[in-house]
Amino acid sequence: MITQGTAPALKHTAQNGAAEAIHVENLHKRFGELHVLKGVSLSARDGEVIAIIGGSGSGKSTLLRCINCLENPTSGIVRVNGEEIRMKADSHGHTVPADRRQIERIRSKLGMVFQNFNLWSHMTLIENVIEVPVHVLGVKRETAIAGAEKLLARVGLAEKRDVYPAYLSGGQQQRAAIARALAINPRVMLFDEPTSALDPELIGEVLKVIGDLAREGRTMVLVTHEMKFAREVATHVVYLYNGLVEEEGPPEQIFGAPRSERLKQFLRNVG
Amino acid sequence: MAAAETPVIHAAARASLWMRPHRIALILIALAIVVASIFLMRWDWLPTYLPLALQGIWRTIWLLAVTSALGIALAIPLGLAQVIGPPILSVPAKAFCTVIRGTPLLLQLWLLYFGLGSLFPQFPWIRESFLWPILRQAWPYAVLSLTISYAGYEGEVMRGAFAGVPRGQLEAARAFGMSRWKMFRRIWLPQAIQRALPTLAGETVLQLKATPLVATITMVDIYAVASRVRQDLFVTYEPLLLLALVYMAITGILVFGFRRLEARIPNRLG
Repeated sequence: MITQGTAPALKHTAQNGAAEAIHVENLHKRFGELHVLKGVSLSARDGEVIAIIGGSGSGKSTLLRCINCLENPTSGIVRVNGEEIRMKADSHGHTVPADRRQIERIRSKLGMVFQNFNLWSHMTLIENVIEVPVHVLGVKRETAIAGAEKLLARVGLAEKRDVYPAYLSGGQQQRAAIARALAINPRVMLFDEPTSALDPELIGEVLKVIGDLAREGRTMVLVTHEMKFAREVATHVVYLYNGLVEEEGPPEQIFGAPRSERLKQFLRNVG
Repeated sequence: MAAAETPVIHAAARASLWMRPHRIALILIALAIVVASIFLMRWDWLPTYLPLALQGIWRTIWLLAVTSALGIALAIPLGLAQVIGPPILSVPAKAFCTVIRGTPLLLQLWLLYFGLGSLFPQFPWIRESFLWPILRQAWPYAVLSLTISYAGYEGEVMRGAFAGVPRGQLEAARAFGMSRWKMFRRIWLPQAIQRALPTLAGETVLQLKATPLVATITMVDIYAVASRVRQDLFVTYEPLLLLALVYMAITGILVFGFRRLEARIPNRLG
């Protein structure tokens, strides 16, 4: 069961005046007949850690993937760093990014961590980490390697720098994937169920790395099933139900005094 | 302690490991066959035909290298078109691979050489063009037909290889702001090639063994040299034995080369 811990005291609290890093407004997403997101709004200011929770099929992963246009929202507004992603309708009537360059530029400021790690398997860890800095951001190779070594050390994988992902455990791969995302010096980190594909005994090591990032004030949007963890690190929790925000608020309220019947039910089921 | 006891195999010890009794017996048998064939068979023609044979070997290797390189260059777009191309590209690519793989190489070669090749001289503008000195020779048709054959087979191999690269890794490339071209060049293509490499090794060996067909359109490769010896001197088996040896040697080099390439790459792609 969820207990009232001391963790929130460690939390970095965002200033009210902090700039808005991510702004999502009235977002809709349809997959054909399926209406996955039915008008969701979300905001992440600098230093905030937004946890998105919800049951299977509630649209939480889709919401996250709409922020960097891995899924193209059907309608609605997404702003990253105050810059609105311009969309247009293609010849099939689907909404697609109007300017490929713009979306590529915005994506290179968002560090994404996937459920299935998605490390590039033909590259060693160090190559994975320097790939985007060197080949997308144009950082000098030596500089990128120095930075990557620091990041790998930080996630506890310094001695694995020349190992291919396939030779590592899931937890190690996910930590390397976090280092890869950090290497672009992202404005916001996006986590898409980062521990859902891990063996139970490996979850802790990954959560520790993510928790450290949260505590140092990194802006993050986190889709997770780890309620205890969300309660510890999040500054704001969003509960999605059936494509809509059912309830949101500070973690103390969401987990301590949920108002919505569905959220209470959900917390009983996962707790 | 354990580390200190790790056996350091010295050269002599390694030789003794390698020189097992059954191996020695096999080597002796092989030597006996070589010696017997040297002394019991007829090789007096060899010095006369050696320059021609060397030229033939060179032509065979050259033909293999050029057609494999051009073929794989064609196979990559053919495979890619089938995986992500719009119908206007994927259907012709599929049709090309199906037709090429569905017809004998000999037929393709003859259609190009005796068909297309005999059509060209009827057009004065072709006969008078600067290309004519090349087009009247046999090798352009050999190169063309072996290239499209290799492209047809490898287009299918590359289709599978491209499709086999996990989507998530391509999605990660997109999520970090890679352009489509960069994603293709940095993530998709290298992994597809790695996946295809063991198959490509086998296919290239097959391609080597397809090259003698060009002898049927008057190109003098190493196979044609062996045929010429037989026609000139009625010596049959000796040139064929030598031919087998040559193809085996080239195959050995190919396999060794591909193995080196594969070894540079982790064998456990995720």
